[in-house]
Amino acid sequence: MAVFLELLVNGISVGAVYALIALGFVVIFKATEVVNFTHASLLLAGGYVIARLHPLIGFWAALAAGIAAAALVGALVEFLILRRAHVGSRGVLAIVTIGVDILLTTELTRRIGTEVLALGDPWGDRVLRLGPVTVAETRVVALAVAATLIVAFLLAFKFTGWGVAMRAAAEDAETAALMGVRLGRVSLSAWAVAGALAAVAAMFLCVFPTPGLDRGTAAAAMKAFPAAILGGLDSTTGALAGGLIVGVTETLMSGYQSELAFLGRGIGDAAPFLVMIVILLLRPSGLFGTKEPARV
Amino acid sequence: MSGEAGPGTGGPEIEGAEIEGPQIAAPGAADPKAGGLEIRGLEVRYGPVRALRGVHLAVPRGAVAAVLGANGAGKTTLLRAVSGTLRFHRGAITSGTVAFGGSRLDGVPAAAVVRRGVVQVPEGRRVFARMTVAENLRAGALGVPGRRAAAARERVLELFPVLAERAHQRAGLLSGGEQQMLAIGRALMAGPSLLLLDEPTLGLAPLMAARIADTVRQINAQGTSVLLVEQNAAMALALAERAYVLEVGEVTLSGPAAELAASDEVRRRYLGIGAPETDRPVGTDPGPGHERHERTRLARWTA
Ligand SMILES: Nc1ncnc2c1ncn2[C@@H]1O[C@H](COP(=O)(O)OP(=O)(O)OP(=O)(O)O)[C@@H](O)[C@H]1O
Ligand SMILES: [Mg+2]
Repeated sequence: MAVFLELLVNGISVGAVYALIALGFVVIFKATEVVNFTHASLLLAGGYVIARLHPLIGFWAALAAGIAAAALVGALVEFLILRRAHVGSRGVLAIVTIGVDILLTTELTRRIGTEVLALGDPWGDRVLRLGPVTVAETRVVALAVAATLIVAFLLAFKFTGWGVAMRAAAEDAETAALMGVRLGRVSLSAWAVAGALAAVAAMFLCVFPTPGLDRGTAAAAMKAFPAAILGGLDSTTGALAGGLIVGVTETLMSGYQSELAFLGRGIGDAAPFLVMIVILLLRPSGLFGTKEPARV
Repeated sequence: MSGEAGPGTGGPEIEGAEIEGPQIAAPGAADPKAGGLEIRGLEVRYGPVRALRGVHLAVPRGAVAAVLGANGAGKTTLLRAVSGTLRFHRGAITSGTVAFGGSRLDGVPAAAVVRRGVVQVPEGRRVFARMTVAENLRAGALGVPGRRAAAARERVLELFPVLAERAHQRAGLLSGGEQQMLAIGRALMAGPSLLLLDEPTLGLAPLMAARIADTVRQINAQGTSVLLVEQNAAMALALAERAYVLEVGEVTLSGPAAELAASDEVRRRYLGIGAPETDRPVGTDPGPGHERHERTRLARWTA
């Protein structure tokens, strides 16, 4: 039972981090209807900046710089590439983002090389004991931070002018423009926000019990894709639920790997995608996604 | 309407009931009253398709102008050219100018047009169905400073009390008439000096159409100029001081609305009235008796 609880708590915490990534993914999709495959490299960029700068300026300043850098890279991708790519279909734009992702990831992994970069975080390998359950402090912090960010984000989406502009642009871009919404700004801000969220997620993905940032980190970020998709690409609530489902599934599957040996090794990594496929078969637009509403 | 835009600024004037050929240049291009909309020699293309050609049109400040025309005549295209939304349809102004209040609007992005005080209510209402009524109104004010929005909100809820009642309902669940009110109210949130209306009564029952017409009159009385695109010619001519008839992308008739309403051509093709009749011109009776409107509403499909 203790093992199960530990795994559950860890799963929820990892899931919250995935939710942060998925949230950025969803924000971009809502604002621009582009499926953004650049997300993993934004995350890698944020993590890389933190890793390189923390020995020079300390962890917190490096974290701020990493967040700013990832936001900037996101904004640049939007401004320099997507805004100028006058292609008709969203599908082609998605492929453009794959290209950008490959470029960025190749450059970043070349810089990282075979190293495993520590992020210099203040939590180290300390653990919290709650009765029989032992959890890494980093996981607790991740859960708290992710939950706070997600709640703040959902509130902003619902109540601020920025959120209203975002939702208006998502539902009907032309009409939003007729209301005075500057679509360019909306999409730029969506990419910047997504970058910033990815950098925060990068930090939590690379601290204890993970050894640090390495070239495999981008692959970890890929798990946020099934999270976003199974939750429903255009739903912030879906991102949250999807992140948690993926995190918990993955952690439980990996934790009970010996019991699940008949499924083969690496079932933990594959599980999120299996869950995604099963959910999409049952609900094609994801758990919370809107089926394109019929317009009169 | 004082400060008449001058004969010719809006394309060919009508003389009796004749349709004149289009004129390329506006003769005696007298300046409209400052603050008005002035369209000159407008040509719009969607790729190879030419949707508008040599269109001259003026909406003097404080006036209501109407644009009539059959399906596909280019009415919506004309409004898109003003509101800067042609690019959403792969269209572009290929010659001519659009100016408002003395400064050019052609080439100005849609959001900037809103900040200049020109706001369009799109064809088919296009409310944000997934957002609440209150959020839709808020969206309407996104392009302008907050102070202006607060004042506008009161005005809108006064014009359309039903929007206050339904504030927290999803806009997609409103009736067609309520959605049209919301679409107009949302546009008014930006405090426009010129409101562009694209077929606001389309698909509405006669009573609701009459209500919308009254509201347009009220909005205009509060100082907003209106460019009204309508297929309900009787209603449009009753509301407008000046009217334009678009046919296949060109202005074929223009002039004071009352004169157009009296012209045989317009009566026959847009009001669905046969031979010249002796009863009062449509434009002079905006009163509660709407039997006439209903009749023409049915008849215009045969035009
Ligand atoms: N996106 C587009 N691409 C190509 N042609 C277009 C496009 N939009 C409109 N057109 C063409 O331009 C012409 C004018 O269309 P427009 O929508 O302005 O007409 P309308 O007068 O508003 O008609 P309706 O009364 O049906 O709304 C039509 O011939 C139409 O086929
Ligand atoms: Mg139209």
